Amino acid sequence: MIQQLFFIYFAFAITGLSLLVVTRKNPVHSVLWMLLLFFHIASLYLFLNAEFMAAIQVIVYAGGILVLFLFVVLLMNIREELTISKFIGAAPTGFTFAVALLVVVLLSIRSFVAAPPGIYSIDLIKQETHTKVLGKLLYTEFLYPFEVASLILLVAIIGAIVLAKRRLKP
Amino acid sequence: MKLYLLIPFLPLTAFIINILLGKEVLRDKAHWPSILAVVGSFFITITSVLPQITAGKIINEDLYTWIVSGTFNASVGFLIDPLTAVMLIVVTTCASLIHIYAVGYMHGDTGYYRFFAYLSLFTFFMLMLIMANNFLQLYFGWEGVGLCSYFLIGYYFNKKSAADAGKKAFIVNRFGDFGFGIGVFMIFLTFGTLHYVPVFANAATMIGKTVNLLGWNVDLPTLIALLLFCGAVGKSAQIPLHVWLPDAMEGPTPVSALIHAATMVTAGVFLVARCSPIFNLSEFAMNTVAIIGALTMFFAATIAIVQNDIKRIIAYSTCSHLGYMFLACGVGAYAAGIFHLYTHAFFKALLFLAAGSVIHAVHTNDIQEMGGLKKYLPITYAVFVIAGLSAGGFPGLSGFFSKDEIIWSAYAAHTPVGKFVWILALAGAFFTPFYTFRLIFLTFHGKNRGGHDEHGHGSGHGSHHGEHHIHESPWVMTIPLMLLAVGAVAAGWIGIPPILGGGAHFAEFLKPVVGHPEFHGTHAEEFGVMGLSTTLALIGLGLAAFLYLRKTDLPEKIAKQFSPIYKTLYHKYYVDELYNYTIVQPTLWIAKKILVAITDAKIIEGVVNGVPGSIGWFSGKLRKVQTGLAQHYGIFMAAGAVFIIALVLLLR
Amino acid sequence: MVPLHWYMVLSMIVFAIGVFGFLSRRNIIIVFMSIELMLNAVNINLIALSHYIQDLRGQILAFFVIAVAAAEAAIGLAIVIALFRNKATAHVDEVKEMQG
Repeated sequence: MIQQLFFIYFAFAITGLSLLVVTRKNPVHSVLWMLLLFFHIASLYLFLNAEFMAAIQVIVYAGGILVLFLFVVLLMNIREELTISKFIGAAPTGFTFAVALLVVVLLSIRSFVAAPPGIYSIDLIKQETHTKVLGKLLYTEFLYPFEVASLILLVAIIGAIVLAKRRLKP
Repeated sequence: MKLYLLIPFLPLTAFIINILLGKEVLRDKAHWPSILAVVGSFFITITSVLPQITAGKIINEDLYTWIVSGTFNASVGFLIDPLTAVMLIVVTTCASLIHIYAVGYMHGDTGYYRFFAYLSLFTFFMLMLIMANNFLQLYFGWEGVGLCSYFLIGYYFNKKSAADAGKKAFIVNRFGDFGFGIGVFMIFLTFGTLHYVPVFANAATMIGKTVNLLGWNVDLPTLIALLLFCGAVGKSAQIPLHVWLPDAMEGPTPVSALIHAATMVTAGVFLVARCSPIFNLSEFAMNTVAIIGALTMFFAATIAIVQNDIKRIIAYSTCSHLGYMFLACGVGAYAAGIFHLYTHAFFKALLFLAAGSVIHAVHTNDIQEMGGLKKYLPITYAVFVIAGLSAGGFPGLSGFFSKDEIIWSAYAAHTPVGKFVWILALAGAFFTPFYTFRLIFLTFHGKNRGGHDEHGHGSGHGSHHGEHHIHESPWVMTIPLMLLAVGAVAAGWIGIPPILGGGAHFAEFLKPVVGHPEFHGTHAEEFGVMGLSTTLALIGLGLAAFLYLRKTDLPEKIAKQFSPIYKTLYHKYYVDELYNYTIVQPTLWIAKKILVAITDAKIIEGVVNGVPGSIGWFSGKLRKVQTGLAQHYGIFMAAGAVFIIALVLLLR
Repeated sequence: MVPLHWYMVLSMIVFAIGVFGFLSRRNIIIVFMSIELMLNAVNINLIALSHYIQDLRGQILAFFVIAVAAAEAAIGLAIVIALFRNKATAHVDEVKEMQG
């Protein structure tokens, strides 16, 4: 009962916050609402016994990516943003298709069939900490994707620097 | 090696050498391959083929199979029998002499190599035609000589009249070839094969068979014979397809001599003689042949007496003599027709070449601007007179024997058609010497009328070649003239009829091929007919002498007196105008107004321009999808995802 | 006990909101943030599933999604800065050179 109540609160909060994110005129406001949204999602992860993921969510997403967004937003002309319309001409069509997508997928959730349960029960995760279990899995079975991910991050670093660099005067 | 195979293929090789190497390598030596080839063919004919044929052997061999399609087999094959042998002698002799003559006549011309290349090609096609052993090869040679005639008539392609004449020859020929082609189809349908030997052997099976044509039952032999005769009418310039021959005089004179006197135009007569087994089965067809031949002969002769262009007179004379040959074939005397073909080749080629010699000297074709050339061109004058006497049928010369044979056959055929054509033939016997000697007297006798500016019209530089600067032709031109004159005199001596003491060797030679007509007539009748035609010939000559040597002002008075008749004859009975009005103009109108304006401009252009146009229009519309805005692309993606998931949901 | 399909419904709603934001906003930064929103919705789905099937692979995937999202956000924003430097605008409907 309590769990369901908690979940209902989180669901409404997350839905409302995401609506706020996409409908604000001031982009700084959007970023700030998104920050709040990420905290709620992190709590939802805690709710699902995934502490490490919650931590990662806060550190990487809220602490890294959102700060990056905030920096870029601050480079733009905020005053101009406040005066013009925030939606483009295709907004009604976009809304229609988003709703259509929602309806269609919701209709198909009914026929969802879950796979047979694996070995990582909640008790096991609680016994060995979530971090350790995740770490063991990550570094043995998923080592190759891990290394590839690190390579992707390397590319991102170099790419970001190259793209945003000011041209050197000869 | 079969030596007779070289006869057609030597000229073909000469053509290939000339057309490939003539312009750059051979240049003014381009005559050597052609002359060597055609003289080589001549020698092979005389030394190898002729002895075999006179000994009675017939060569009939297929070289290789050309087309195999279902039940249809066509091969390249050669048949050499007495008829082919006669034609071979005619073609190779005349071709050799004319090739040599052309060296002098065409000297210095810029298209020298082209001339000899086409001449060799023509010789090749003509030889393939006469040596064919099946109808398809005959048709191949037939079309080929028509093609080369077009090339050679339009040799001076810079002149519009020459180019037009070439087109006219080819197109008018096509009318005839259409009927000929259908005739060949009918032969294949009836006999299942196109080779001569099986067709003629089984020809008798056609008797009585009919073909249902548009509701009427037409007799099969008559139909086939008439269709084949269509081709002969076109190729040999008989009425109504004679209109191309006078215009064909636009080509150089050696071309006129070879193609339009001795060889190509006689291919029609050759065809009728070769298909004599078929023609013999149909009285109607034979009568048609005889009547058309006689009418053409009379018709052309009447036009020739008022023409002023030296070559045109001789062209109408050719037309007229071809009428004689068809007349003979039409009454059943094929051997007589071929005999006249043989002698005619010599004296007509001689007439043309001598005329060419005159033109070469005075640079004009108009006989009203000539005169008194006797003292400047003695050799030409002498051979001209010999040829004229032979053409007119003077006793003792070759033309006399062949013409007489024909007139006698017409009389002795004892059919109503025979009598009718006999009377026309007698009229021809009168006209021929008349117009020939009119030509000779106006050209060579009297005072020189050249160099007068009062005429205004007339050929280009007749005006500044008065009496000076006229010289006899070089030896390379006069020697062929003299050799042909020998032929014009003596070639007919192998066919002297029995009543005059000869052995009629010619007819005997051809008997295995064309048979012997059944003629009944007493010796008295024969002498009477001979005497009558000779008398008419002398009257014709005398009248010509009277009008053009003695009272030279009389012709003009007569022309003014009978002005309508004179005008009609001068304008060739207005046949050209009639054809132009009824056939040419409607065709051009249809071509311009319907085919070009509607089917070409609207329909075909519509499709050809419309397809890219519609593609362009469509792509212009399709291009609008690319807005450049990523959100629009995203919408398409979302829409696609929705569609697929909905589809899966619905179909499950 | 919270049923699984509640988490899936929630995830789908957030995803749909993200799609709507992506397709209809003018400011390019908000568009990027909508993309992050979509990615987060997917993460919610993954982790919920992983919890209910008791298989940790969902969380591993979510882990990689976060890493790649970080990289993509960095590069995307670098591009936005370069764009802003050239065209002095951050509105998507003014960047139409690829039209037609």
